[in-house]
Amino acid sequence: MRRVAILSYGLTKVEKHWRKSLRELFGDAAKEALKETKIPGLDALIVGNMCASDLSDQNNIGALLADHLGIIPSTAYRVEAACGSGGAAVLAAYASVASGMYNFVMTGGVEKLTDGVGGETTRSLGKAADAEYELFFGSSFVSLNALIMNHYMHVYHVSREAFADLAVLMHKNGARNPYAQLPFEITRETVLNSEKIADPITLYDCAPVGDGAAAIIMCPLEDAPKYSDNFVEISGVAGATDTINISSRSDLLSLNSTVVAADKAYKMAKVTPADIDVAEIHDTFTITGALSIEDLGFSEKGKFNKLLSDGAFEPGGVVTINPSGGLKSRGHPVGATGSYQVAEVTMQLMGRAGRMQVPNAEAGLTQNIGGSGSSTYVAILRRAR
Amino acid sequence: MSVPRYWREIPERSRLEASKCATCGNVIYPNRARCAKCGSDSIEPYRLPERGKLLTFTVVRNPPRGFEKMAPFVLGIIELEDGSRLMTQITDVMPGEVTIGMPLEAVLRKVSEDGDSGIIEYAIKFRPTF
Ligand SMILES: [Zn+2]
Repeated sequence: MRRVAILSYGLTKVEKHWRKSLRELFGDAAKEALKETKIPGLDALIVGNMCASDLSDQNNIGALLADHLGIIPSTAYRVEAACGSGGAAVLAAYASVASGMYNFVMTGGVEKLTDGVGGETTRSLGKAADAEYELFFGSSFVSLNALIMNHYMHVYHVSREAFADLAVLMHKNGARNPYAQLPFEITRETVLNSEKIADPITLYDCAPVGDGAAAIIMCPLEDAPKYSDNFVEISGVAGATDTINISSRSDLLSLNSTVVAADKAYKMAKVTPADIDVAEIHDTFTITGALSIEDLGFSEKGKFNKLLSDGAFEPGGVVTINPSGGLKSRGHPVGATGSYQVAEVTMQLMGRAGRMQVPNAEAGLTQNIGGSGSSTYVAILRRAR
Repeated sequence: MSVPRYWREIPERSRLEASKCATCGNVIYPNRARCAKCGSDSIEPYRLPERGKLLTFTVVRNPPRGFEKMAPFVLGIIELEDGSRLMTQITDVMPGEVTIGMPLEAVLRKVSEDGDSGIIEYAIKFRPTF
C-alpha cells in the first residue's frame, strides 16, 4: 500500500444556511480545498451524506456534486454510514489512493438539515437507529443516548454535573472557532437549566442541528511535495461496527466499535493514546463524548470526569479534546462531521488553526461515530512538513 | 408503516419470539441470520421470558412525530430472567415512580397509529409486576 497525504481542505461555517442548497454548500468547501493546491485534476470524489434523500429529495449525490464542481467524467459516489458518513468517506478515499487505484481524490461531506420541515429532520436522523426495534417504540437518537447516560450515572456514580462540565469546555473551545455554529461560552447552569429532552439529557447536552460542508484532497505521500508545501500524512485509519440495536450489547457503557477502530488505527500508525496531541471526537451528546474519551484510551472507564476537572483535556493539557468545540459547539452537520474533524486536525498539524491552535501539535486523531456507536471511523494524522 | 411490514414483525414484537443458537446456546433478539458469538447459522426458535428487571430508563419529554400525545412516556431496557435484553416502553406507571432494578412483566399494548386511516400498531410493553 502507498502512504497517503492530505494536501488541502476547505470548510464552511456550520450554521442554518437558509440561502444555500446542498450542491452550493459543498461547492463552497470544495472550491476552497482546490484553491490551496496545484493538482492537475481529480480522479474521484467520495462524499459523505446522510439525509439528502429524506430532506432534499435528492439521491445520486456523487454525480450531482461532480457536475456542480465541473469535474465530470471523474468517478463520484456517496457513502452513507449515518453520522459516520464523513469518516467512512475518508476511509474509502484513503483506500483508493493507498491501493494505487487513484492519485488525486477529493473526499468530504455535506449535510443540509434545514431543508427538513416539521419533524422531518428528527425523523430522518433517527433512521441511524434500528427502525424496526428501536424507532417503532417511540425512541429517538436522543432517548437512546439518554438510556446509556442514565445507566452510566447509575453504574459509575458520576454526577450529572460532570456531563455539563464537558459541554462547558466544548463551548469554551468553540468560542475561538470561526467555523463554529454556537461560538459562545456557557456555564454549568446553562446546561442544567436548559429544556429537558429525555432524562437526564437536556438541550445543552445535545449537538445543534445545522448545515455544513467540508472537503479534503488526498494524494500519494511521495508526490505531495510537488503539489503543496504544507501537508499531513494519514498514518492510520480504521472502521468498525457494533450491534445497530443498543439493547443487544452486553456492555452499554463501552462503544466497542470505537475501541476496535481505535486499536487498529493506533497499531497501523505505530502510536499509543499518549502520543496524541489533539483529538476531534464525536460528542453528539455529552455522554457520547464521555464514552468516546474513555474508549479511545484517554481515560480509564468511568473516570472521564476526574481528568476533565484536572484540565487534562483543555488546550495545554494531556491531550486537547475538540479544540474546534466538537459537535456540541462547532456543530454536527451529520454526514459532513467526520470530514470536518479530519479538516480540523489537518489545520492543527499544518499550524493554521489560528486561535484554536494547539502549540507544536505533531499527531492528531479523529473519531466519527454512526448511530449510537453502531459504527466508528478513526483516523490518525501526522505532521509531515 | 405498510401492512405487510407490520404483519411480518408481529412474532418478534408481539409474541417475544426470539431465537437461540443451536451450537452455543446464545439467545438472539431481534433475530439475526447468524450467531454473533460463534458464527453458526444453525438457529432455533426460542421464546423470551415475560419477566425481568429494569436495567435503565429515560423519560421522553420531547417525543418524535406520532408520539406527541403520549409524552411524557418512559422507555427502558429490560434485563429478562434469562439475561437477554430488549428495549420497549414501560407502561402503567407514573414516570416519577420508575426506578432502576424494578421488577417488570410483559403486556400487549397499543404503540402508535398511522393517522385516521392507517393501521393501529400493537406490541409488547413492560409494566411493574403486580
Ligand atoms: Zn452460537
